[in-house]
Amino acid sequence: MWKIALKMLLGERGKYLGIITGIALASVLMIQQPGILISIFSRTYSFITDVALPDIWVMDPMVQFIDDSQPMLDTQLYRVRGVQGVEWAVPLYKGNTRVRMGNGQLVTSNMLGLDDATLIGGPAIILEGRLADLRLPDSVIIDEAGAKGRLAKPSPVPGGKPVPLKVGDALEINDKRAVVVGIARATATFGSQPIIYTTFTRAKTYALSERKMLSYVLVKTKPEETVPAVAQRIIRETGMAARTAHEFKIMTLEYFRKNTSILTNFGFVVVVGFIVGAAVTGQIFYNFTLDNLRYFAVFKAMGATDRMLQGMILLQALLVGFVGFGLGAGVTSIFAAITQGGTGLSMTLNWQLLLGSAIAVAIIVLFAALISMRKVMKLEPAVVFK
Amino acid sequence: MTTGSFPLAVHCAGITKAYGAGDTKVQALRGVDLDVVAGELLMLVGPSGCGKTTLISIIAGILDQDDGECLLFGQNIVHFAPKERVVYRGLNIGFVFQSFNLIPTLTAAENVAIPLLINGITMAEAVERANARLAEVGLAGRELSLPTQLSGGQQQRVAIARALVHDPKLVVCDEPTSALDHETGLKVMETLKQLAVGQDRALVIVTHDARIFSFADRIAHMDDGRIVHIDASNPTGGVMKP
Repeated sequence: MWKIALKMLLGERGKYLGIITGIALASVLMIQQPGILISIFSRTYSFITDVALPDIWVMDPMVQFIDDSQPMLDTQLYRVRGVQGVEWAVPLYKGNTRVRMGNGQLVTSNMLGLDDATLIGGPAIILEGRLADLRLPDSVIIDEAGAKGRLAKPSPVPGGKPVPLKVGDALEINDKRAVVVGIARATATFGSQPIIYTTFTRAKTYALSERKMLSYVLVKTKPEETVPAVAQRIIRETGMAARTAHEFKIMTLEYFRKNTSILTNFGFVVVVGFIVGAAVTGQIFYNFTLDNLRYFAVFKAMGATDRMLQGMILLQALLVGFVGFGLGAGVTSIFAAITQGGTGLSMTLNWQLLLGSAIAVAIIVLFAALISMRKVMKLEPAVVFK
Repeated sequence: MTTGSFPLAVHCAGITKAYGAGDTKVQALRGVDLDVVAGELLMLVGPSGCGKTTLISIIAGILDQDDGECLLFGQNIVHFAPKERVVYRGLNIGFVFQSFNLIPTLTAAENVAIPLLINGITMAEAVERANARLAEVGLAGRELSLPTQLSGGQQQRVAIARALVHDPKLVVCDEPTSALDHETGLKVMETLKQLAVGQDRALVIVTHDARIFSFADRIAHMDDGRIVHIDASNPTGGVMKP
């Protein structure tokens, strides 16, 4: 009877398309919104992810998240280097600066000052130029999204497209000249601001004047040492906070979760998507069953058992769930692929998200199947003669 | 249990059935006694609301009586476990409905195959047997037609093929010709009678259609929940002959 169940469903093309469209829309909402949420949250700690080498981030104890750098005295770097178990420790400046565009507009950008000697903390993917060129005078490397976007030069033609920055272009940062020596690919930041890489020493001249300029000390532990033990030693001996990259990411994520309504807003949309999906799908599927109720009564009269009819309805529900979810996931995947890498709206698609939404869709179709089964189970076969 | 040389297909004694309760109670059957022998075509006739449909539903095992007993080939299926009862119905009873009740999205052959599929026959074998039945009712070549591509008479013949495809012992028909014109109705009845020929199957037909009374071996007239009299209209003595 499986084939009969499928032909009953697929033969009613309008209703079938209505049901899978409902499930597909619910799937899109339940995958896309959390996907965007994950993408937004991952941007909050994207810089920690990009700076992959250090085991420990040393910072002022008052720091709450990655962009909340509380400058330390430069001497903290030397104190950290003196802690037992530290393989190396390098300074990092992280702060904001302003770039003056050709039309006079000031664009706030993230500035990263890397250790002059090692350039640790620099971008992993250089699209144009070389990381080592940062040692040239006045040199900076710009992230790709910034070079094509907010730092792009105004079009020479009125109304034309902005011209992306390229190697050799000059910028004015905090009234000082800077020359672009490279274009790099970096994970977009929470604020989607351009990222400017330069050396720690030069960052001090570009940055807005402050007495203390050391944002973070990046630490690599010796192979024979455990990271938590060295972190505890740094805390004890310097009075600074020392966190593993993972701890720092979690701390940053928690800050944004607690201090913004992003999770609530996106969570609300996901819940609405689930409820609307369940309601629409349940209603259409239930109506489909009601329309076929007479035939289910005929099957009952002809000797179909309750289990057989339940199996038919369940098969129909699972098919529409599978196809609807596949369509929804497919559309969302295309959206994810199109928006990947930009600084604008983007989403992260992972297996946990797909599994979660698949379970949600399964719950929706099982709910739809259950209310339909209930109706069929209560059906008296004698109605065939009415 | 037999009547003469013919076994009893249906034996109803003292059947009562009421719907509702209190002021809204409707007494549909008030003690019906009726025997149908194998090989017989019995028609149940009477005015609307006289209890014909209720009686045929009880005979077919899809409705329980309040009192009395109804034996099918000597077995009281009311005492069966619910699942056994459903299986018994699937193996032994065929249905023909006034409005055909063909699944619109299935082909004629697939519609006819349904009782076999319910009884666990594979799709390939069921369709093969369905095709053979369709040929017997004069619909060879229309196996792949959808019900909407068939005339009313053809649809009812598909329904007859569906009712007979699993060789049931009892076929119950509810107004099989009321949706058809006179000529088509007669052809459908000829088909039904021709294919039901044999000593091991009984046909019970509920009808208002006086034009087909001549096909009956006996006619049971009902009124107000009772069988008021039975005509043996066929000189063969109520038994269909090949």
